[in-house]
Amino acid sequence: MAQISTKKKPVGAMIVMGIISIALYTTLLLKQDLLNENFAKGGWFALLPIITAFVFSYFHGSFTGSFWTVLGVEASKKKKEVK
Amino acid sequence: MHDIATNFINLDAITILYLFGVGFVGGLVSGFIGSGGAFVLTPGMMSLGVPGLMAVASNMCHKFPKALVGSMKRFKYGQVDVKLGVVLGISAEAGVLYGATIQERIKAAYGDAGSNLYVSVAFVVILATVGGFVLRDAWKTYKSGNSNSEEKAGKLARWVQSINIPGTMVYFKALNARVSILFTIPLGFATGMMAATIAVGGFVGVPAMIYVLGAPSLMASATELVIAFVMGLGGSLKYAMHGMVDIRLAMIILGGSLFGIQLGAIGTTYVKPFMIKVVMGVIMVIVLFSRGLMVPVYLAKLGLIEKMSDSTVSLLKTSSFAIMIFALMLGAFIVLRAMWQGRQAERLQQASGALEHEQI
Repeated sequence: MAQISTKKKPVGAMIVMGIISIALYTTLLLKQDLLNENFAKGGWFALLPIITAFVFSYFHGSFTGSFWTVLGVEASKKKKEVK
Repeated sequence: MHDIATNFINLDAITILYLFGVGFVGGLVSGFIGSGGAFVLTPGMMSLGVPGLMAVASNMCHKFPKALVGSMKRFKYGQVDVKLGVVLGISAEAGVLYGATIQERIKAAYGDAGSNLYVSVAFVVILATVGGFVLRDAWKTYKSGNSNSEEKAGKLARWVQSINIPGTMVYFKALNARVSILFTIPLGFATGMMAATIAVGGFVGVPAMIYVLGAPSLMASATELVIAFVMGLGGSLKYAMHGMVDIRLAMIILGGSLFGIQLGAIGTTYVKPFMIKVVMGVIMVIVLFSRGLMVPVYLAKLGLIEKMSDSTVSLLKTSSFAIMIFALMLGAFIVLRAMWQGRQAERLQQASGALEHEQI
């Protein structure tokens, strides 16, 4: 199979992750009071903000990664000698 | 004993955009030098009316996921020494807990002004000594014309690497050498203490890895993100148990910083290694002035010097904040410009066929 000279851009992945990310943020802002009430309870509820942070970082992190790749902003192709 | 926080600020469009924007710039700088952003974000949140401890807690809750994403990205570029990050992170965590306890004691004994004075003096001392040293070192590298050559470990680092204490030696990829954990433990601890005190552990951690342990700048700044993750996670848990995290602030800042940190990480692949020192040194020295302006304010509040008029206090506070924003924006500008130049140079090389293309 012939190789394409330009890599295919992850537009699909970006859109999917972007939608999920927007959904997460919309929920965050619409349900502010409910979240603050429960997340500030302390004790075992402390896990709630931690888990939330991991969830956001997974989806939003994937989205932002694809975002830059789709825009063509990627690491240098030159192999840099780190040490 | 902390009371459960009831002071959640109102979020309007301006506040959200502001937090997102500062998050982005902070993330950009973090992705590049391994730390930063926090020292702007915490006072930035406080200027919106968020109580101090809540600002610190919410910042921590954005720091560890951001550091996770950043370190994963830089790991792909071969810049992260996970073992070094974890080993330093463990003693850093102890440092954070100790530093936080000292903060609490000072606040209990001397109130807000005393606590702020302590933080500001710590800032000034660290930034003046370490920042000045880092900047001077970057300048020497630039002047010597050796900016492209492989970084060599300095005298102190070579001495540290030569010490052999049986039973405590560990090999670290970033150093390409074994060092005793009797060196890494206090370094990590100091990093954690700084993180708890001035919110930026990396200003101690990154120079420590470079000058004391002998890690190359790129690997030191990348590995710092692992330490930041460990510290941030531990610190967030601690604060969250007291109900101090405002998840909305943390996630909005994270929204911007995840864009920024990826960009900053990409930027490191285009620049000469000594640029890490340049950006770090420049930011540290400028923030030194920002914090320095606030010292007389706290001294006056504590009655240690003559009382100041409200207008003087207001002027100093505004100037201090403006200088801090300037430091961050300048750092971000240097990163983006260096990246831009690097990409242009690479494009020119590709166009002239200097890089070998892979044959189908």
